[in-house]
Amino acid sequence: MKTFDYVRPSTVVDAIAAAAAPGAAYLAAGTNLLDLMKGGVVSPKRLVDVTRLPGLDRIERLPDGGTRIGALVRNADLAHDSEFAKSYPAVAEALLSGASAQLRNAATVGGNLMQRTRCSYFYDAASACNKRSPGAGCDAREGENRLHAVLGWSDACIATHPSDFCVPLVALDAVVEIEGRDGGREIPVQFFHRLPGDAPERDSVLEPGELIVAVRLPGEARTFAAHARYLKLRERTSYAFAVVSAAACLKIEQGIIKDARLALGGVAAKPWRAREAEDALIGAHPDAAAYRWAAEAALAGAKPSGNNAFKIELAQRIIIRALTLAATGTPARIPALPASPFSSAAGIPHNV
Amino acid sequence: MSDIRLTEASSHMRHGSNIGQPLTRRDGILKVTGQARYAADNHVPGMLHAVLAVSSVARGRVTFLDVEAAKRHPGVVDVMTPVHKPRLAEDPDAKTHPFMFRLELLQDDTVRYANQAIAVVIAETLESATEGAALLAPRYETQPARVGLDGDKSFAPPAVGVGNPAEVRHGDVNSALTDASMRIEATYETPAQYHNAMEPHAIVAAWDGDTLSIDTPSQGLAMAQARIAGLFGIPPSNIHIRSPFLGGGFGSKGLISGPQILGIMAARLVGKPVKLTLRREQMYGPVGHRAPTRQTLRVGMDGDGRLTAIDHHARTASSSFDDFFEPAADASHTLYASPAIATSHEVVRLDTGTPLFMRAPGEAPGSIALESAIDEAAWMCGMDPLAFRLKNYADVEPITGKPFSSKALRECYAQGAERFGWARRPLKPRQLRDEAGFLVGWGVGTATFPALMFAADARAVIRADGSGLVESGAHDMGQGAWTALAQIAADGLGLDLAQVEFRAGTSDLPDAGIAGGSAHTATAGMAIHNAGAAVTAKLADLAMSDERSPLFGAGNTGVIARDGRLYRRDDESWSEDYADILTRAGLAEIEARGKGGMDPAAQSIYAMHAHGAVFAEVKVDPDLGQVRVSRMVGAFAAGRIINPRLARSQLFGGMIWGISFALHEEAVMDPRSGRLLNANLAEYHVPVNADVPSLDVLTVEEHDPYVNALGIKGVGEIGVTGSAGAIANAVWHATGFRVRRFPIRIGDLVVPASD
Ligand SMILES: Cc1cc2nc3c(=O)[nH]c(=O)nc-3n(C[C@H](O)[C@H](O)[C@H](O)COP(=O)(O)OP(=O)(O)OC[C@H]3O[C@@H](n4cnc5c(N)ncnc54)[C@H](O)[C@@H]3O)c2cc1C
Ligand code: SF4
Repeated sequence: MKTFDYVRPSTVVDAIAAAAAPGAAYLAAGTNLLDLMKGGVVSPKRLVDVTRLPGLDRIERLPDGGTRIGALVRNADLAHDSEFAKSYPAVAEALLSGASAQLRNAATVGGNLMQRTRCSYFYDAASACNKRSPGAGCDAREGENRLHAVLGWSDACIATHPSDFCVPLVALDAVVEIEGRDGGREIPVQFFHRLPGDAPERDSVLEPGELIVAVRLPGEARTFAAHARYLKLRERTSYAFAVVSAAACLKIEQGIIKDARLALGGVAAKPWRAREAEDALIGAHPDAAAYRWAAEAALAGAKPSGNNAFKIELAQRIIIRALTLAATGTPARIPALPASPFSSAAGIPHNV
Repeated sequence: MSDIRLTEASSHMRHGSNIGQPLTRRDGILKVTGQARYAADNHVPGMLHAVLAVSSVARGRVTFLDVEAAKRHPGVVDVMTPVHKPRLAEDPDAKTHPFMFRLELLQDDTVRYANQAIAVVIAETLESATEGAALLAPRYETQPARVGLDGDKSFAPPAVGVGNPAEVRHGDVNSALTDASMRIEATYETPAQYHNAMEPHAIVAAWDGDTLSIDTPSQGLAMAQARIAGLFGIPPSNIHIRSPFLGGGFGSKGLISGPQILGIMAARLVGKPVKLTLRREQMYGPVGHRAPTRQTLRVGMDGDGRLTAIDHHARTASSSFDDFFEPAADASHTLYASPAIATSHEVVRLDTGTPLFMRAPGEAPGSIALESAIDEAAWMCGMDPLAFRLKNYADVEPITGKPFSSKALRECYAQGAERFGWARRPLKPRQLRDEAGFLVGWGVGTATFPALMFAADARAVIRADGSGLVESGAHDMGQGAWTALAQIAADGLGLDLAQVEFRAGTSDLPDAGIAGGSAHTATAGMAIHNAGAAVTAKLADLAMSDERSPLFGAGNTGVIARDGRLYRRDDESWSEDYADILTRAGLAEIEARGKGGMDPAAQSIYAMHAHGAVFAEVKVDPDLGQVRVSRMVGAFAAGRIINPRLARSQLFGGMIWGISFALHEEAVMDPRSGRLLNANLAEYHVPVNADVPSLDVLTVEEHDPYVNALGIKGVGEIGVTGSAGAIANAVWHATGFRVRRFPIRIGDLVVPASD
């Protein structure tokens, strides 16, 4: 029997101490971890249940105007916090476009950052997967890879990171607060997840035993609130992972883009910040030509990792649409079908 | 015996008959309050838990199982393997009649497909059994798996579906195609699909000597009983199966499956009751699926838009070890009046479980291909697709020349089109936009499904207190048999629903045939109707031959049974209460039996089908290719509707399957290993609420005196047909792109430049 210890510490210090044991894993809502354990994909020796840790379930406004979100805040609670949704509408929309209502009610902020890829070969214990067992090979390369990465992949792994939440977080320069045995440290979300390189087993830079305690959005992030959207394409209208998604946030003054943030989901092993595209947008007029240029810049380095060239074209189109929608302005309410293209006007006519 | 306590009939105004009333489900309250007990909800005292160990390879042999490790695990009682299992009286690979499919019952170490059972661990708890199964750590000798429609050489099957000829020719298709002034040729692909009933297959089996008591969901109790009897060498009457509720079946519970039998074997092996429930991913293999198809249609037209030829060829797949060939091309037999029609099939053998009946087998994949091709043909002729369908309307069944027993398809087209607003449809694609800028497209598809009947028995009783009892081993998969059949029962007895006890769902009741082929209401319903008629006739005999009865001597004119009384047909002022008749005769009750079945004479004269017309509107993002169905109207003519509310639900459900077929559903298989990559309900997409628009169902009046005395056709499957094609056609009309591979995915609409 895969026996494992289960501990439920009541302080962060105890949690970190308990997780120092080799093979320990933090358990939050378990919506991902328990599935992985049941499927034999991971088999931690000790589960450190963090759900009772005090103080990690708060959403706090910081003196600099930023917001600090405790690692245990539930995805739904965060999205439905009206102050938060007003300040960071793209983040709220991304959260509400993920999974199902039941899952969002349970899933935590920390767990969402740390969720594993949905590559089917990773979940199928009988397949070869470098992420699951380093050096085993990657069955996705010659297998079903229509939805795999088109940016930043390596020969070792072509999987994508599935989170919606993380996409606007990287766009908005969010920071992860981490506690470890040697104290705390902070890492921008953008540098938190890793590209596979030759070590795809490591999804992030989090060291074993380190605990995410919070995610912080800087005060500056709320200055995009008037022009911020998240858009997600999926094979059904709800309850599906992104084929590709995009978060677009703009600051427009006197008809000129003063600042731009752009990130893509579903295209790489990490939420993909498109800096070149942002640079291309800053100073431009918010128009179709600028968006197209940005889209091309964002995908300049893309290449299919298999039968998925369509995602490169699709990613460019979703960038154009997301920028168009962001420029139009954040809707007063989060749409009934969050992040769905069907929630907003199709934007620029296709044949312009 | 059934011990189900149904809700009293919902209050309703009854004008004469129970049939035709839109009653709510009488088992509804049990279900929504969690009291309806499904098979796996049963806990027998002393019961053990069995868990399957399944193969992770698709083809080969099991060379090692660590049985010792499993047995050492605390709580594990026994491990059933090919070398340690109860003896069976019949080879699981034997096929003694055409409705018998080979089962994997640990007969040897061969692996025929991924997810095949290779051992069963029996333990005191579910957890121990699960862990025991994991500890078996099987090793295999693996052979290359045959995957996909090109996975092996094809051959011409001897028959398709249930004994249909694999090839049918009517007229000379090839010369008609050569002579046609216009023709299209197109190939459509449909994927493998899995039934995915919400309730997994489960069984609780308890032996007492040579008698066997079982709780398990079944769409065919008598056939399950016979199959079990054969395998274990006991008389069918020794087997008692309870299946009061099914959490969906869709064909996957029509025949008892291998895992269910393994549960019975496990109980035999350990001499204790055993429960075995499939895990969701284990349902992708041993309990059937819909085979993939690749269908090529060649259609010829004359200069006036009249069809001159339809050639429909389907390539499909069966398992390596058994024969079920999806009769996809047969969809072209009945719908359109082409003077020349040819249908043919070829098949490959793959390393999968055996495909089986799945809601509208043959018709569903056949229909999406045919309806797409008909649309392509209409477009080539420059005709509106509805006008084209009307121009080629079949007044007799094209393939046989038989008249239809009834066919209100014209009315379906007319009423559906009217409700939908079809007249405003622009002919060309890519013309419609909504105010938000999305491409809008309108499509139509014709629905059809044969009006089948199997064979059933029923028993009806009238008691001395004037109440009635009707027994039928019928199956309620959620479609509403508890309610609709009880309505027929009440009318058959001339009683109000509240006065009739209706028993169903167990194997000791009269055989109600199978709940499949959309034939259950007709088949079991006719048996019930006839039993009611027989028992009231007996009652009438009693009265009419008794001098003390006001009905004495009414033998020549006859009587009518209504509201618990018999009335003289020619003078209703003469009547008598059931209770009075029986009491005077000193009888506690009176009983009779009835049979339901097809009428071969009528069948030989008439073609019998239900029909419908489905209209769909889709919206497509012009740049991003995401599709959403925004409106659907289905108009169906399916004979007499016993319960309009339940029939609408069935038709809604079918139309939603159509959405699923066109846009969502697909089993993804690894091309090398043959393992399913999306064997769970997160990645095997079916529509969620947000994918299902407002649906509109119209049922068109249709009186059919030939299908059966009640005039019932079926409504269970027809909704899938027509709907999927209507959506595919609407996607074309919205975008101008004809996607011929289903489901239509975002990528299919993105690669072509959108401008
Ligand atoms: C069917 C389904 C559909 C889904 N669809 C979507 C979707 O569309 N979009 C989307 O974004 N997500 C989707 N998800 C994923 C879902 O968002 C994640 O499962 C969820 O966010 C994980 O949170 P959790 O609290 O349950 O984490 P857990 O499952 O408890 O943990 C996940 C991982 O995070 C680690 N962890 C948890 N908390 C911490 C911490 N504080 N510090 C360090 N490590 C930690 C755990 O050790 C584990 O490795 C879906 C999930 C399912 C099951
Ligand atoms: S793509 Fe990555 S996760 Fe998927 S099989 Fe390959 S190595 Fe594993």
